[in-house]
Amino acid sequence: MKFSFSEEQEEFRVFLRRFLEDKSPTTEVRRLMETDEGYDEAVWKQLSTDLGLPAVHVPEEYGGQGFGFGELGIVLEEMGRALLCAPYFSSAVLATTAILNAASEEEKRTLLPPLAAGETRAALAFTEENGLWDNSGVELTATASGDGYQLDGVKSYVLDGHTADLIVVLARQPGTTGDDGLSLFTVSGDAEGLSRRLLKTTDPTRKQARLAFKSVQAELLGEEGRAAAPMALTLDQAAICLANEMVGGAERLRESALEYSMLRVQFGRAIGSFQTMKHKFADMLLEVELAKSAAYYAAAAAAEGDEDMPALASLAKAGASDAYMQTAIKTVQTHGGIGFTWDNDTHLWFKRAKSSEVFLGDPSYHREQLMQRWDV
Amino acid sequence: MSEMTDDTIRAEARAWLEENWNTDLGLVEWRGKLIESGWGAPTWPTAWYGKGFSDAQGRIVEEEFERIGAVSVARTGIRNLAAATILAHGTNLHKEKFLRRILTGEDTWCQLFSEPGSGSDLAGATTRADKKGNKWIVNGQKVWTTSAHHAQYGLLLARTDWDLPKHKGLSYFIIDIEQPGVEVVPLRQMNGHASFNQVFFTDAEIEPEFQVSELGDGWSVATTTLMHERRGADGLRRWQKASDRTGRCYTEEAEEIAHQLEPYKWYPQRAGRVDLVIDRAKETGKNTDPSVRQEIAKLMIMAKSAEWTARRARAAQEQGQPQGPGGSIGKLTSSNVAKQAAHVHTMITGADAMLTGEDSPMEGVIAEILVSFPATSIAGGTDEIQRNIISERVLKMPKEPRTDTSMPFREVPRNVVS
Repeated sequence: MKFSFSEEQEEFRVFLRRFLEDKSPTTEVRRLMETDEGYDEAVWKQLSTDLGLPAVHVPEEYGGQGFGFGELGIVLEEMGRALLCAPYFSSAVLATTAILNAASEEEKRTLLPPLAAGETRAALAFTEENGLWDNSGVELTATASGDGYQLDGVKSYVLDGHTADLIVVLARQPGTTGDDGLSLFTVSGDAEGLSRRLLKTTDPTRKQARLAFKSVQAELLGEEGRAAAPMALTLDQAAICLANEMVGGAERLRESALEYSMLRVQFGRAIGSFQTMKHKFADMLLEVELAKSAAYYAAAAAAEGDEDMPALASLAKAGASDAYMQTAIKTVQTHGGIGFTWDNDTHLWFKRAKSSEVFLGDPSYHREQLMQRWDV
Repeated sequence: MSEMTDDTIRAEARAWLEENWNTDLGLVEWRGKLIESGWGAPTWPTAWYGKGFSDAQGRIVEEEFERIGAVSVARTGIRNLAAATILAHGTNLHKEKFLRRILTGEDTWCQLFSEPGSGSDLAGATTRADKKGNKWIVNGQKVWTTSAHHAQYGLLLARTDWDLPKHKGLSYFIIDIEQPGVEVVPLRQMNGHASFNQVFFTDAEIEPEFQVSELGDGWSVATTTLMHERRGADGLRRWQKASDRTGRCYTEEAEEIAHQLEPYKWYPQRAGRVDLVIDRAKETGKNTDPSVRQEIAKLMIMAKSAEWTARRARAAQEQGQPQGPGGSIGKLTSSNVAKQAAHVHTMITGADAMLTGEDSPMEGVIAEILVSFPATSIAGGTDEIQRNIISERVLKMPKEPRTDTSMPFREVPRNVVS
């Protein structure tokens, strides 16, 4: 599993790739990236009801398909390849995984089935304007109020936060720091006192929002004051998912650059016949293949609950971030002037590479995490 | 491939070894028994000391050797190459004369391909063999020849026709190294070791029957040798461990191994010794330096990902699928890892990185890494050649345009000093 996919998994991949090639051609990506909501309702319905994709890693007892992070990794790799515009990472990966890790049995039975069915779309609001990716950055407060809690503060960089039906919010008890006093809450997307603003993102294919909470009534999710561990687990699993998404995009870019280099003629030869280009492509292949190996290995570790999973998450995230960005830079370069134009599709993936490089922690952050997790 | 089932092979190998293995036998005597029985080289043809087993069947026999702890036939890399080449292209005379003594370990061989003027471009060899009377007379120089200083025979690629294109004018010979016309001179490397030799030929002689295959067939025979060299890249590691058990056979084998491995003792250092990095960082306290931590992490990410990429390629192969790109990028990846490892070791070692030998950390091991890693990017195909191979064979990009392959070799521009 860590080094090869089963026949069923390979078939699943082929099937997904065909579906996504059909539903997410770059004309669609370009159309959706100009919209505020950033996705197509009909495609979301199809991938939810016909393919059951939001249910992939949700256990069957909560309306899911009962697969694991190995299969989820395949879905994300293919979505990254197709640059699918959909609230999948926000809802099916981040919010669903947080609920799986933190919620009580009863809460899971209530919250997960509609998420798995794609009927509800949720977002996970954890990072704030300080841009810190771990629990230490949480300042938004939760204070007891009547039957429930009241949230005050600001969340930012929330994927699809402006369109989600349900927001899962990480908040802290006033006066606590670090991992202490953290709890998760659920808030309806249209809750009173919640103002949501779509952020202008470099990568318009993945929408982000700033959410301001002013005395917003919220319901506790999971155990009070004990959200630190399930959140850390969620972010590691999400980093692995993102790494798989990134290697899908990187491979697509690498292939597109290679294809172009064989078509483009200068000095009477295909530019791909110049040794300087051939050597560049050999290096690109090496970078992408190494990043793929790490992403697959980490996904298998997440699926098996390997104790080294947190370190592997950082390893895979840092590796994939560098490989994706380097591939994107080389793909623009291979295309030359045309690669710098809006009409050429390369910039769509280039921008996803840039936002994914930073999202959930940049490569330097994850390299440091790797060193800490390996106790260096 | 034998028709025998795996279980029968295992049972028969086990029974034979249990009856015959005796630690008190001399190495050559024991190997003689192995050769006569066919259990020493079971993947060889039945006509020549083998049992015609497949590689997979051969591995079952190896497992039985390991189980009982029996010493095997001599199978260092170069001996394997010589044997494989002779089995594929040699005459019965070659097989009679050489194969048995290769297996007993009585003869050592060397490969005489690379020259000062032709490294990556092996087919540009200019060492010449000219027919004079009834003999081939060899003049020229070979280089990077491992084990030439204790070899009895060499596999020689030499030019026999200068008017044909470069690949067509080469022939392949077996040459007796222990003759007056052959001079073996150690080649000292930048790390101070002399693992290789230069071999000079001055009117050295070859009897006509020691030509291998047809005249002008040298390149295709050399390709066989090189193919086995790549396949056997793992072989070196397998026999590096001498047994610490007592008994005459073990003792003699340990001496043989020590003798043969001497040239390779710096090889772990050229790969960068990633295994030492974290402990060294902790010992020196450099593990608290954020910039060092970043570089260590980069190294570890690269090294681990490389390991998993190789495992992916192997898993695909085991399932009968094509290896995919993973099988071709390993060599280039090792170069990148070695470079980054040397960089990290330098950061960790600080001022001591200027010192060597007993004045430096780990009795000079770290210093040896810092002056050995460049070899990884050169030996066995340079990084540049690897990138050509990856782009042309894996990515199907156009081959380099060549001007040197169709004209008479005489007219091909070559190095002034070669």
